[in-house]
Amino acid sequence: MRRILAVLLENEAGALSRVVGLFAQRNYNIESLTVAPTEDPTLSRLTLTTSGDEGKIQQIIKHLDRLIEVVKIDDLCEDSHIERELMLIKVLAEADVRQEVKRSADIFRGQIIDVSADTYTIQLVGPSEKLDAFIHAITDSAHAENQAKVLEVVRSGVSGIGRGHRILAL
Amino acid sequence: MAEMLSGGDMLIRSLQDEGVEYIFGYPGGSALHIYDAIFRQQKIEHILVRHEQAATHMADGYARSCGRPGVVLVTSGPGATNAITGIATAYMDSIPMVVISGQVPTNLIGTDAFQETDMVGISRPVVKHSFMVKSAEEIPAVVKKAFYIATTGRPGPVVIDVPKDTTDPAQTVPYVYPDAVNLRSYAPVSGAQPEQVQRAAQAMAAAKRPVFYVGGGIVQADVEVDLRELVSLLGAPVASTLMGLGAFPGTDPKSLGMLGMHGTYEANMTMDDADLVIALGARFDDRVTNNPDKFSPKATIIHLDIDPASIDKIVASDIGLLGDARSVLRALIADLEGVLNNRSEAEQASHKNALQAWWEQIEGWRAQHGLNHKLVPEAGKAILPQLAIQALYRATDGDAFITSDVGQHQMFAAQYYHFDLPRRWINSGGLGTMGFGLPSAMGVQMAQPDAVVACVTGEGSFMMNMQELSTCLQYGLPIKIINLNNQALGMVKQWQDMQYGGRHSQSTYSDSLPDFKTLVEAFGHVGIKVAEAAELEDAMALAFSDTYKNRLVFVDVWVDPHEHVYPMAIKGGAMRDMVLAKTLEERV
Repeated sequence: MRRILAVLLENEAGALSRVVGLFAQRNYNIESLTVAPTEDPTLSRLTLTTSGDEGKIQQIIKHLDRLIEVVKIDDLCEDSHIERELMLIKVLAEADVRQEVKRSADIFRGQIIDVSADTYTIQLVGPSEKLDAFIHAITDSAHAENQAKVLEVVRSGVSGIGRGHRILAL
Repeated sequence: MAEMLSGGDMLIRSLQDEGVEYIFGYPGGSALHIYDAIFRQQKIEHILVRHEQAATHMADGYARSCGRPGVVLVTSGPGATNAITGIATAYMDSIPMVVISGQVPTNLIGTDAFQETDMVGISRPVVKHSFMVKSAEEIPAVVKKAFYIATTGRPGPVVIDVPKDTTDPAQTVPYVYPDAVNLRSYAPVSGAQPEQVQRAAQAMAAAKRPVFYVGGGIVQADVEVDLRELVSLLGAPVASTLMGLGAFPGTDPKSLGMLGMHGTYEANMTMDDADLVIALGARFDDRVTNNPDKFSPKATIIHLDIDPASIDKIVASDIGLLGDARSVLRALIADLEGVLNNRSEAEQASHKNALQAWWEQIEGWRAQHGLNHKLVPEAGKAILPQLAIQALYRATDGDAFITSDVGQHQMFAAQYYHFDLPRRWINSGGLGTMGFGLPSAMGVQMAQPDAVVACVTGEGSFMMNMQELSTCLQYGLPIKIINLNNQALGMVKQWQDMQYGGRHSQSTYSDSLPDFKTLVEAFGHVGIKVAEAAELEDAMALAFSDTYKNRLVFVDVWVDPHEHVYPMAIKGGAMRDMVLAKTLEERV
């Protein structure tokens, strides 16, 4: 099962390498990882998506917690939460496809943020599933002539936060 | 006004303030400012090794025998990488250790400078934590944190990587050693939840076939007295892991000896048939459980550990007791006394009968296939390695500190030397590091200057760190080395006999072995060679006699090269599935 772990980490050199190293060392899977300092400059916040059965997730959390620089961990999937991911996607947009891509971007509430004679670069924000669905929508048209050719995809990885008063802080 | 000191001086002063007696180390370019600081003080003695790996094992042996953290100092690059095996050894067995490595100056880091290696990176998977010193000012705080982290919670090695510029004698800063540590992200656990302890006590009182499964955590927690009290209260048998030997007295009738891959028949059968396994400071290692899916199939599992990640890692526990052994054992004893005293007479009688039947069953197993501790030498036959351990036991009155290397000799020592006290049996259980025995014995002798310290080794393991014989002469360490010489990598050879049709791929070298007697004499020590069973007792007695009280003695015992270690677990089976002898494959 897919899980989203939110981790508060000391904002120190080498702390991130311990987290990443732990996953490699114990053969755990990282699907995505985002990290940046928080409003408190001594802390970084990391959102990590991984997968595994309940036992494995518990082991991952315990081993993360064992790292000295890990301050707090929350398994966001345990309760209601919001996840968002940013995607920048560049597609070849010529002839009929150009209109088709524009329409799809509008439907998905994406924004075209760069244009050239034959390309569009679209920015899209949402849960990872929505980003997957957008790529699927523009590349999987029933009519071959309407299929867009994807030139480049950049995804930020998931950021997550609990709903309401569910707060991960010191 | 605080005293003004250089980073190098502050580092050594911090170690003094931490109460460090010995530094085990080896100098080199990046560490020279620190070495100069060592030269200009008298409080800490530096032990100059011949290879950095040995320094880490010495610090490790020191820590295991006395419980205080071992301290290592090495230079950058090869000094640091040579220390890695010893750091990993300590990490696997949760041994408190602080390793200080010199590093190239900050401005050269990342430039592939001479003797540069990323020590923090290369050691990361095998340390509890590590620090890279950024400035001289932070050295006292970093040292304080390093010792705190290394020694609290589940102990482990901590690395401090020290760039040369931060120890520059020309740059001084005010020195203050902190009184306390403030780490918001690290809080070792203490007592377990009372309701869990109560559940455990209930389960213990209700069990008809209970067994204690005791590991290295109990040795490290120094709770042998509490353990004895708990065991005697319940009246249950005690099986020890390789790391737990000595936590409960090996000569006590309630001791079943070691369990696991080469554990005793009675220990493994008891574990398999138990209805309650009380795991104390043990981590369900694969060398214990065999196939975890078939582990103690009828048992409720109680698991006490200080590390949350150890609980439910391999075998799911029914009652987890997260906490430090001392407070949890005290709470368990109190609760168990309460439960036991509140029973009706009928319940007490029924419990007593159940335990009696359980003990009859266990004694039956012991009588059937238990180890023979009364082996006698047979004239004209090769010396059995087990016999050599028995002779060692007699020559030392069972009261020595015994270190070992890794292989058959290690298992024979674990099986045949009865340890009645914790911290007396010192071996590399988790990592299985050959070359550990001699240097760890040296560390033990440093910590226990008046004790008898013996290293049980094999010629293969011994040759991995025998350069330290020179260090032994320098510091006058009167260690006794018992070399079970089977002219082969015995355990490898045993596996090849049992699983590879007897094809001894790269496990023999009998034509090229040195004459160990001459070799140790060249190092300035005493060598004794024993090839006849009839000479064994006398040779062992001589080695431990007053004649050689202050000398290192190497007893080269030529043992039967064909002997195997039994019992041996059958791969993939339950704990009850063991091979018991070359000719008898018993699957019950």
